[in-house]
Amino acid sequence: MPMDQNEIERLIKDALPDADVLVEDLAGDGDHYAARVVSSAFKGKTRVQQHQMVYQALQGRMGGVLHALALQTSAPAD
Amino acid sequence: MTEQSNPVFAEIQSHIDAEPVVLFMKGTADRPMCGFSAKVVQVLNYMGVPFRDVNVLADGAIREGIKQYSNWPTIPQLYVKGEFVGGCDIVSEMFETGELSEYLNGQGIDARQVGAR
Repeated sequence: MPMDQNEIERLIKDALPDADVLVEDLAGDGDHYAARVVSSAFKGKTRVQQHQMVYQALQGRMGGVLHALALQTSAPAD
Repeated sequence: MTEQSNPVFAEIQSHIDAEPVVLFMKGTADRPMCGFSAKVVQVLNYMGVPFRDVNVLADGAIREGIKQYSNWPTIPQLYVKGEFVGGCDIVSEMFETGELSEYLNGQGIDARQVGAR
């Protein structure tokens, strides 16, 4: 069961309220997405930790219903 | 790593300890079975970095176990000197910025210098 773009965005924003989230449907099939997430919560975290925070926000869907989400994370520039 | 008791963790650890660079992937380095795994293989080959490929499709216990071991939901997963570096997105991003060859060289691993820096 593919996942809705807005649902991805909502879950990330629920967990990281200040986040700037841009979700793109890469293939137009509701199954291959790219997300760019910018949040001050990422400050001082490694890339692995930043991605883990987003995966956490997606509550186990990553790797399951959401099999392809290309992820780019960063903290806002000062 | 919360579930220390998982019996497959020891086997995963033995792979990670066996070589400086270990890639848990779908398929083999010669024959990747997924685009994300293929991408990381391509990056490592391009940099001339030797690595051990562990095909998670050949072992369901490792396939599930590695996700818990790394607290990371997807495959491929790259380990360098026992440390989890990341999945396809992180490896690709580090490759493009030049951080990956820098990081590998810093770990004493010969890697062709490529990237923006």
